[in-house]
Amino acid sequence: MYDAGKILAGLVIFLLLVTTPVWWSFAMGAEVRAPKLVLPEGRRACVLPTGEMKATHMELLNRWRDLAVRHGDRVMTTWDGRKVRRSLTQSCLGCHTDKDKFCDRCHDYVAVTPYCWDCHVAPRGGAS
Amino acid sequence: MTVDRRAFFKLAGLAVAAVELPVLGAARAHVDPPEEQPLKGRRWAMVVDLAACHRYPGCTRCMDACRREHNVPSIPDRKHEVKWIWEDSFGHAFPAQGSPYLDSELAGKPVLLLCNHCDNPPCVRVCPTQATWKREDGVVMMDWHRCIGCRYCIAACPYGSRSFNWVDPRPYIKTLNPDFPTRTKGVVEKCNLCEERLAEGRIPACVEACPAGALHFGDLADPESPVRQLLESRFAVRRKPGLGTQPQVYYLV
Ligand code: HEC
Ligand code: HEC
Ligand code: HEC
Repeated sequence: MYDAGKILAGLVIFLLLVTTPVWWSFAMGAEVRAPKLVLPEGRRACVLPTGEMKATHMELLNRWRDLAVRHGDRVMTTWDGRKVRRSLTQSCLGCHTDKDKFCDRCHDYVAVTPYCWDCHVAPRGGAS
Repeated sequence: MTVDRRAFFKLAGLAVAAVELPVLGAARAHVDPPEEQPLKGRRWAMVVDLAACHRYPGCTRCMDACRREHNVPSIPDRKHEVKWIWEDSFGHAFPAQGSPYLDSELAGKPVLLLCNHCDNPPCVRVCPTQATWKREDGVVMMDWHRCIGCRYCIAACPYGSRSFNWVDPRPYIKTLNPDFPTRTKGVVEKCNLCEERLAEGRIPACVEACPAGALHFGDLADPESPVRQLLESRFAVRRKPGLGTQPQVYYLV
């Protein structure tokens, strides 16, 4: 093999460069933490099982929106028989009263900015 | 002091109530659906008694109630104003009847105007996204999530019942009502006949607020309804009936 030394050295340098993000953050002690969410007190469960809420609440909200506004169907029965208003501000924020420490914390972490709050008024916890 | 069973249970009950009540009480008003049944009708309509209205000159209660209920902005620049229920002169409201020699009683007086919730709504026909449509009970609805702000509906409406948000409305709303969303710059809006209140078994806010009993809301398809009886017993007109839009706001003159 010609120039084996040069090629190997080149490979090592290449690998080091390519993996910079990984070893750099280890070296700097950077740490990624899931956001700390404040869950509602005195409530047992969400409108869908928690796992489903995490994964599909955006689709659920789109369904709620269409059912409530377009079909006049404004009440939902949950899997365990509770009746809940199909309302973004009155229900979701009725239980999750602190939008800042719940919706926003997670959304900031995953970098999504729902535009709903351009119109919908969060009772408190401010706009955005 | 001895605590018997009865006292113990009473205390326990109180303790639980003290812990639970604030939590349940605060949330019950919102999360739980309203106890009242929705108001159902086949042809909702509004009857405006002009003489009764004119007994309260300068009264703006219906308009104020609507603004509060729906976060309607008060924008001073008339080119940007947003209207759900408003007043104009008799001559403007009924141009065909506006001769100075007729209606001397009414000529100089204001007339309450709002969306006519037409049976044959031209705004609905032109909307490219079905953001506005006529419900089975006659309410001409707006779905603000679908409005793209093309303003065809504004051009189509012969009554000027639709407004466009040329500017961000939020700075022009005195107190925000968190139970009804505002709109944003770039969408059209109009009276929704308090469809969100009907769903909770409540009559429209303007009707409820009127101190003169000048606004009547009801189901014209029901022969027993007060609105139907008003129309049978008194003479009523509608705005621009010749256009064939079949407006469902009637004016007793
Ligand atoms: C342009 C303004 C606007 C935007 C943006 C908007 N909404 Fe709405 N939304 C409204 C209005 C106005 C109503 C009230 C209509 C009614 O009650 O009939 C409403 C009603 C709803 C309802 C049913 C009633 C209620 O009280 O919540 C849901 C659910 C909803 N919106 C979800 C959403 C979601 C989710 C988003 C963001 C992805 C969103 N909306 C963005 C204006 C908006
Ligand atoms: C009846 C009260 C109630 C209502 C209404 C409600 N939630 Fe929840 N939600 C909860 C509770 C309690 C939990 C925590 C459940 C658990 O600990 O497993 C939760 C959990 C969640 C989670 C998962 C959080 C996590 O652990 O990562 C999401 C996301 C969520 N809710 C979003 C929503 C949205 C969006 C709405 C409106 C469509 C809504 N919730 C309406 C009570 C409610
Ligand atoms: C556990 C984390 C988490 C929590 C808590 C959470 N969300 Fe989300 N949400 C997400 C993620 C992740 C997405 C983006 C999904 C995607 O991009 O498909 C999202 C998207 C959305 C969207 C759609 C945004 C868009 O632009 O399409 C809406 C609306 C929404 N969330 C509403 C809420 C509301 C209201 C709450 C609080 C009651 C809430 N979310 C709480 C994680 C969360």
